[in-house]
Amino acid sequence: MQEHPIHWETAGTSRVPFALYANPDNHKKEMDRFFYKAHWSYVGLEAEIPKPGDFKRTVIGERSVILTRSQDGQIHVVENVCAHRGMAFCRERHGNKKELVCPYHQWSYALDGQLQGVPFRRGVRQDGKVNGGMPADFDPKDHGLNSLKVATRGGVVFASFDHAVESLEDFMGPTILRYFDRLFNGRKLTILGYNRQRIPGNWKLMQENIKDPYHPGLLHTWFVTFGLWRADNKSELRMDEHHRHAAMISTRGSAGQAAGDKAQVTQVSSFKASMQLNDPSFLDIVPEPWWQLGDQMPTAVMMTLFPSVIFQQQVNSVSTRHIQPDGHGAFDFVWTHFGFEDDTPEMTERRLRQSNLFGPAGFVSADDGEVIEFSQQAFESKPEHHMLVELGGRDVGETDHMVTETLIRGMYAYWRKVMED
Amino acid sequence: MAKPLIDLQTWFDIQQLYADYASAVDSRQWDLWPEFFTEQCVYKLQPRENFERGFPLCTLSFTSKGMLKDRAYGIQETLFHDPYYQRHVVGAPMVLRVEDGRIHTEANYAVFRTKLDKESTVFNVGRYIDTIVQTPEGFKFAERLCVYDSEMIPNSIIYPI
Repeated sequence: MQEHPIHWETAGTSRVPFALYANPDNHKKEMDRFFYKAHWSYVGLEAEIPKPGDFKRTVIGERSVILTRSQDGQIHVVENVCAHRGMAFCRERHGNKKELVCPYHQWSYALDGQLQGVPFRRGVRQDGKVNGGMPADFDPKDHGLNSLKVATRGGVVFASFDHAVESLEDFMGPTILRYFDRLFNGRKLTILGYNRQRIPGNWKLMQENIKDPYHPGLLHTWFVTFGLWRADNKSELRMDEHHRHAAMISTRGSAGQAAGDKAQVTQVSSFKASMQLNDPSFLDIVPEPWWQLGDQMPTAVMMTLFPSVIFQQQVNSVSTRHIQPDGHGAFDFVWTHFGFEDDTPEMTERRLRQSNLFGPAGFVSADDGEVIEFSQQAFESKPEHHMLVELGGRDVGETDHMVTETLIRGMYAYWRKVMED
Repeated sequence: MAKPLIDLQTWFDIQQLYADYASAVDSRQWDLWPEFFTEQCVYKLQPRENFERGFPLCTLSFTSKGMLKDRAYGIQETLFHDPYYQRHVVGAPMVLRVEDGRIHTEANYAVFRTKLDKESTVFNVGRYIDTIVQTPEGFKFAERLCVYDSEMIPNSIIYPI
């Protein structure tokens, strides 16, 4: 029997049960159905492993995997589980190696995961007889590392434990693909660095955070004051046909900084309309040609690719945010900030300066982690309760405004389809 | 023993600067913090992995005293967060070299965090890599780079390290 059975109050998804975030059995089922089957997960950027022999250890769901580039330049993703005794043998987070070796019994693997060497496979000769060894029918071909299906696009690497998964392009769908290709348009990426944070909340809450255009202008007063994210900006919410992925698209108003009547968009008394920066270079924003999409020039596109990753463009700051669940009550959140090979030194500086707004200490995203932690506290203590996700109605659909929680309802429509099947 | 790089009075003043800084950032009076820096200062909070791999990204990267003031304002007025106490324990600074009156020092630090009604935990551990200069108002940090080992941040960092 489940400790906290999941009960949806309605046929729709506008009332989300707290138990969805507090139930360990449900969590295991989510790992199996979303992270280990039928979905693509983010593993990294090609620019993180530019040379043959380069590797990066990372995670899909709760499983440790290694992203490698073999000597022929091919990219592979193998599970960090030795075929012999199961040891998660790769301990470095990155590096360059000719082969992968488990130190326990020195089983060695090529960078594509194929088993190459098994000590004492043919036994040990002593006093004219051969002692031990693997059985005669032992075939190294059958005992490589678990090799995942890999897809790359625009310099981004995805992998799946499920070799029958649909193509990456079908998985994203044409709507999301258009925004993905805008950001990752074929230019080589350069790695600016990492930020890591452990957020004591259920992993889905981070997907929800970036499917929720209701909060940015209210929680993050900084955003509103400088016109980066406002309820009255020109904006769109887009989804794939399954409603699992989404894009929040926003164009900073020509009005710029909020003042006077413009400040009214928040309708909250805590709003700091008079806030002025001592150093305005935080907001030294320069539009880039690649922002153009059709007849639009969005200044922010926040993409959620279910279940594992968020792709951020906030003005000149671009990053991937990798969701790495760890039990139902916590996840690690890894930010990889990047630039493009044709960036001028000034543009690199600008991206780095704007990164002060984001990440675990960011002016506008440190508080996202905080609110997730306190939501989780209530889910744990009151799992029979539910949350209310009814801004903009109770249905699911794309919009040309931000005053709605439709993307969260959409994600849970998909969740119910997969989990209740 | 090699001749010290600085005289005893300077050593005393640097010790005092370190102690005063730690006291200030633990005092919850955030407006004190920018005053330890020169106008054209650099303050960076950077995970050790980025520092060692040559990646420029910092968790926070400020390049003027004005930015530090903006951060102090953000802490007090715009950044929603769970309030916490913090306590810095800073090791004795090492004087690495003195060039053109700029004193280059390093010191280990540990910051403990205590949330209201919770136990104290190790929050952020690392080292300061500093450049200290003399000004009419005494010694100030021209640069303070906080390189931290605690790469997995426990949710968020709000207050200055």
